[in-house]
Amino acid sequence: MNTSFAFLGDILSTANRNTLIELAYLLAAGLFIFSIHWMGDPKTARRGVFAGVAAMSLAVLFTWARPEVTGYLWIIVPIALAVGPGVWLSNVPLTAVPQRTALSHAFGGLAAGLVGTAKFLYWYLHTPADLTSFRVGAIVLEVLLGYLTFTGSIIAAAKLQEVKWIPQRPWVYPGQNIVNFISFGVAVVLGVLLVVNPTGPYALWMFAGVVFLAFNFGWMLVMPIGGADMPTVIAILNAYAGLAAVAMGFVLDNKLLITAGALDGSSGLILSIIMCKAMNRSFSNVLFGAFGQVQQKAVGGEQKTYKSETPEDAAAIMGQSSLVVIVPGYGMAVAQAQHKVRELYDQLKKRGVDVKFAIHPVAGRMPGHMNVLLAEAEIPYTDLIEMDEINPDMPQCDVCLVLGANDVVNPCARYDKNSPIYGMPIIDADRAKTVYGVKRSKNPGFAGIDNELYFLDKTRMLFGDAKAVVGELVKNLATGSGMH
Amino acid sequence: MTRFSRTACMLTPALLASVACAQGVDTPPPAHGPVQLDLISMLFVFMLSTFIGIGLIRRVSRLLHTPLMSLTNAISAIAVVGAIIVAGGEHYPVWVRAMGAVALFASMTNIISGFMITDRMLKMFNAPTGGGK
Repeated sequence: MNTSFAFLGDILSTANRNTLIELAYLLAAGLFIFSIHWMGDPKTARRGVFAGVAAMSLAVLFTWARPEVTGYLWIIVPIALAVGPGVWLSNVPLTAVPQRTALSHAFGGLAAGLVGTAKFLYWYLHTPADLTSFRVGAIVLEVLLGYLTFTGSIIAAAKLQEVKWIPQRPWVYPGQNIVNFISFGVAVVLGVLLVVNPTGPYALWMFAGVVFLAFNFGWMLVMPIGGADMPTVIAILNAYAGLAAVAMGFVLDNKLLITAGALDGSSGLILSIIMCKAMNRSFSNVLFGAFGQVQQKAVGGEQKTYKSETPEDAAAIMGQSSLVVIVPGYGMAVAQAQHKVRELYDQLKKRGVDVKFAIHPVAGRMPGHMNVLLAEAEIPYTDLIEMDEINPDMPQCDVCLVLGANDVVNPCARYDKNSPIYGMPIIDADRAKTVYGVKRSKNPGFAGIDNELYFLDKTRMLFGDAKAVVGELVKNLATGSGMH
Repeated sequence: MTRFSRTACMLTPALLASVACAQGVDTPPPAHGPVQLDLISMLFVFMLSTFIGIGLIRRVSRLLHTPLMSLTNAISAIAVVGAIIVAGGEHYPVWVRAMGAVALFASMTNIISGFMITDRMLKMFNAPTGGGK
């Protein structure tokens, strides 16, 4: 054993070994880029996962091979402990994927924050000469982003999991934004002071202040944000987690960290831009605009009435259509109705009805949420159609079944300038020949906005839990199949 | 194929930059050495990989945004590199290594769950089968 190590040591002098490690990092960076490249298309996407795993394995093994890394127990034990939670978190039901994603952002943020803190304290207490202004600047960014991602993501995960001690609705108090901006200002001042004099007498306290403020920011940023804005928030936290890794790369002088972190950061950025566009809102409006959400109007005093329909009649009409478009929303996920939807899809296809799913970018609680749920129910992805592609076909649609979606089909968004969702691109459900809306109760929705779509002449309501209603439709289609 | 060649075009500068950076490894800079120069090269890598990232992510089908997010989640657990360096550094005091060990646990959990759930989701995306009428 010893001799073989000595033999290896001869070949791999420290300098050679370091070059080899850097080359492995370079290869890993390239593989990460290919991983995302392959992810672009469903046909090659799984190859992307393999490339990612290969890259990560290279990164872990060659970091482990670094001359200064010894003490294997300190590495093996945490890795062994991580296997259990890791496997468990990868097997959550798909309806819980948004929470899982938020939770893993929290873990990523925590890791970055801890490494930054450890590095700062070690350099400060043991080798102050290493604590250059540049490094401190990077550490301050890393710690800020890391810890704010940590607490923010924990709150986001708790809200998505609908934990009791976190209010689902936006949580606001007067002067909230002022408090946020002041504490942000304090953090910036502390950071600048640290950069100017990294080893000054109060540096330790200032650093503690930055850490404290970072912890606070996270939850203060996410608490005021309601469930419907969660896709954007998750995407933004994704970007922060990536940027924290970039900052760590600057601290540790490691280009692999910078590359991989930048890939993650740009992914979060692009996704949040897409989410914001799909809601016709700006970043700042999502992050700081919680006020507009709470005060919903209670105007339009006259009570509009719904026209309801029995599942029997609805099933008969759907069975005789040529094109049925289903618009899924968060309600479908809550009711776990995706497998019943698949049965409905099968029944209609069996009768020669064309069935498409219209997917709004912000339907659900994270980007792409609906696609994953429907894919789980084994609906071919070629029948999952994006909003922009399905809208031109909506006038030819015989029946549009709105299943647990609300704002994304509300025609108010087109013309009502007073509506909070004015300007948001919507799926043109109201242009279909007949609309069926599935709704849990006759109460005017908890968001408070009346959905104009449900009061149109062509609209009929099916009241009940999404899963139960779709189940009824399936039953009627199945039993009625012999009759027609 | 044009898609690939475009990617390749975007890749080349970053790879060149990384190679240029890697060459500096043989002679590690002294503690108070040319930090400025290295900062610039790191900023180059950051800028170029951000552009590559934006270019690649924009072309990811909306269908796959949830798995994409799980994948980038796992990729951002590259923080594992820093965690290993801190947890495994023998010259560090125990409390520093303990922080590194917690960070290592957190990022390893992300790596395992991130890649596994991405693959689990991707397996579900089926093209229409022959009998799917």
